[in-house]
Amino acid sequence: MAAVVLPGTPRSRPPPALTVIACAHCGLPVPAGRVAPQDSQQFCCDGCSSVHAVLSAAGLTDYYAHQISSDAALASPRPTLRKFEELDEPAFQTRHCQQLGDGLRSTELFLEGVHCSACVWLVERLGRVVPAVVNARFDLTRSVLQVTWNGEVAPLSAVARALDSLGYCPHPSGSTNVVAQQRKGDRALLLRLGVAGAAAGNVMLMALALYSGKPAGMSQEYLALFRWGSFLIATPTVFWTGSVFFRGALAALRTRTAHMDLPVSLGILAGYLGSASNTLRGHGDIYFDSLCTLIFLLLVGRYLQRTQQRRSAKASQLISALAPTTARLVEADRLREVPAGDVAVGAIVEVLPGERIAVDGVVTQGFSSVDASLLTGESLPQNVAVGDRVHAGTTNQSATLRVRVESAGAATRLGRLMHSVETTQRERAPIVRLADRVAGYFVVGIVFVALATLLFWWHFDAAHALDHTVALLVVTCPCALGMATPLAVSAALRQAAAAGVLFKGGEFIEELAQPGVMVFDKTGTLTEGRLDLVAWDGDESVKPLLRAAEATSGHPIARAVQRALTENELLCCDRTELPSGLRARVADQTVLMGSQAMIGAELGSLPLWALRSVRAHATLGRTPVVIAVENTVRAVAAFADRVRPDAATNLKRLHALGFELHVLSGDHQEVVAAVAAELGVPLRSAQGGASPESKLAFVAELRKRAKRVFMVGDGVNDAAAMAAANVGIAVHGGAEACLAAADVFTTRPGLEPVLLAAAGARRTVRVIRGGIVLSLAYNLVGIGLAVTGQLDPLLAAVLMPLSSITVVTLAMRATTFRHRSSS
Amino acid sequence: MSIIFLILPITLVMCGGAVAAFAWATRSGQFDDLETPAIRLLHDDSPLPERPRDIAATAPLAAIDSQRLSQ
Repeated sequence: MAAVVLPGTPRSRPPPALTVIACAHCGLPVPAGRVAPQDSQQFCCDGCSSVHAVLSAAGLTDYYAHQISSDAALASPRPTLRKFEELDEPAFQTRHCQQLGDGLRSTELFLEGVHCSACVWLVERLGRVVPAVVNARFDLTRSVLQVTWNGEVAPLSAVARALDSLGYCPHPSGSTNVVAQQRKGDRALLLRLGVAGAAAGNVMLMALALYSGKPAGMSQEYLALFRWGSFLIATPTVFWTGSVFFRGALAALRTRTAHMDLPVSLGILAGYLGSASNTLRGHGDIYFDSLCTLIFLLLVGRYLQRTQQRRSAKASQLISALAPTTARLVEADRLREVPAGDVAVGAIVEVLPGERIAVDGVVTQGFSSVDASLLTGESLPQNVAVGDRVHAGTTNQSATLRVRVESAGAATRLGRLMHSVETTQRERAPIVRLADRVAGYFVVGIVFVALATLLFWWHFDAAHALDHTVALLVVTCPCALGMATPLAVSAALRQAAAAGVLFKGGEFIEELAQPGVMVFDKTGTLTEGRLDLVAWDGDESVKPLLRAAEATSGHPIARAVQRALTENELLCCDRTELPSGLRARVADQTVLMGSQAMIGAELGSLPLWALRSVRAHATLGRTPVVIAVENTVRAVAAFADRVRPDAATNLKRLHALGFELHVLSGDHQEVVAAVAAELGVPLRSAQGGASPESKLAFVAELRKRAKRVFMVGDGVNDAAAMAAANVGIAVHGGAEACLAAADVFTTRPGLEPVLLAAAGARRTVRVIRGGIVLSLAYNLVGIGLAVTGQLDPLLAAVLMPLSSITVVTLAMRATTFRHRSSS
Repeated sequence: MSIIFLILPITLVMCGGAVAAFAWATRSGQFDDLETPAIRLLHDDSPLPERPRDIAATAPLAAIDSQRLSQ
């Protein structure tokens, strides 16, 4: 390693002569190489300076006044620079946009990166940046911008580009139909919740009159009034607001699965029928107050779960719902952007450096290097020349390529891979949740106890046998049990999202809480996913020459050099790219750099020290580059995809949590072995050279052996394996396809969030279990009272909310995912 | 005590009114977003500085385009 950072020493100390200059946009320190003394404002990156330029031009610099310095998670904005032309397609417009007349149109865009009050202020003033925008309203809960713009003045893509320039990358927010449907569902549930609450309050008032009047003796007409009053309110409450549970119970019966709604419906129905018949007969106990409270509390749990869960799921689904990428079709006299799936086989498309290749095909013109790390997991880019095959989903790096299309859209290797992700995901067995499993036993137990009670009292006191049985069913109705999971899960989802871990559903929390095999991808997951200069053997004075020679290239090795050596003082001229290296003239000297083979061919032979150094680095899985000046080998630089600084400690902690660790990568075996050795993963659990298909096979094989498998990855090549695993976890910076397949994804870089997800999941399940045990304990007390015939409606009315409140407090107060900085 | 026969229905009617109001509020989307309005309230204190009309239409977009060209 070139730089060893001792624990306790600061990572980067600013030079003593300079004070730290804060970026005028984001406030992060400006790197020394970027400081421009003549300017009044300094910026840490191009993203910040361009956003600042847009804001000043639009007169929106008040943004900085709205920024709350402390908790706004500062990050440099990174415009994606996409063109968003797909948003102007007529098909997209009809599906996602509403026509409002006068050329006005309205749509919803999901925005990434809006997290504070200043961001809301800024995006709602979008009209200052794009005058065509008439109105912009942001919904922070859903992270969705409702935008109305004049379609005759500017296309939607211009609006999207403006948002992107500000650092808020927009995505289409699902078709208007789906959005409307979901909103309708939310509102319907909220309405039921409100009605159930009002009913519960009023019935309880009448119940209070009944309870307090009972010892003093209440005259018959008042008794009847309150009974019939409660009956009147409770009937629509039970059958309308409570129908949610009856429907769930029916579905569970039909599919013969255990579900929480089953015991709930049993209790509600038994309680209602018993109380209704007692009202009609004019004597006996009624439980309308307990029933209404029960329904109200259960609906609260359900509502919280629905909104919270959707919020977590949404971010991931929307990012994956990206409009199709476009390809630049080369026609006789011009270039035209078309949807990538519509390109005909045999057509020629152009791919600029830095762009994602949209089709599978053969290079017909150009020479470049292609980064396939997302598709195959190989950390090194491959050189491609005329006649070589390139795949959709890989990134063209150094020069413009022309590609003859062999397959496009779903027929590409990427398309087939995504298809297998879909089928695997569909065939995956649903997770049986803990509460539902408990409910299955519970309902059997309750029916049994109820029958026993009925038979027992039939013998001794036939007149009250039915009353006692109804009392039993009401008091055991698992209100607290039904709330334990939704509340704990929704509280946990909220905490997890704040800590940078998004679960697509509560069931994955329960699944992740159990130990199993955790399979890690290497490139981009355990490592940084980019090359870095990690070692330098030989003459240090060559470095400036190398820096100058690599100053303008976008090749990963050149980028690594640019990052490692920030100062560039020399000028380079006459730069020629060679098949695996380059030749340049810097400061009147000829610099030649490239692989050992290439330099060997050019110079005849290499000195012994250089050969040794090359071999040593190669066995460590690094990429050695030989540098020669004026035909003399002067230095060997080694490049590697560095292991993330937090990987080793977090893997150790995951291992301590009981996970069996495994590294599975598409990269070469030596590289994988070197990384595994550095991380302390046993060599037999580190496997290289795995294609996406063999990753899927590996996970499927593990699952067949009845093991619980968690797949952690970031690339398209992991997507199928993720879908097949019990839980797929996508780390920050992963490919869109990978986010679609994942069940959990992290929004902070590194592996620490993965550890947090696993540890937090365990804490959440502990909370859920605690809630279930508590509610069962309350139920046991209730059963004891009911079986012995001592339970009256007052006791039931006290016992039920008491147990619910205990469970609610437990669930809401628990710390599950809250990010603990000190550890 | 028999006043209760009058009060109880009146209470129920009033309660029905409240439920109807709630139903209206829910259906018209008053509860769709419970977070942003609290933030928006703090924003509209001072009007933004006026910009000359002619550059208003082009300046910010030009800034975006030049940024795109430079990268």
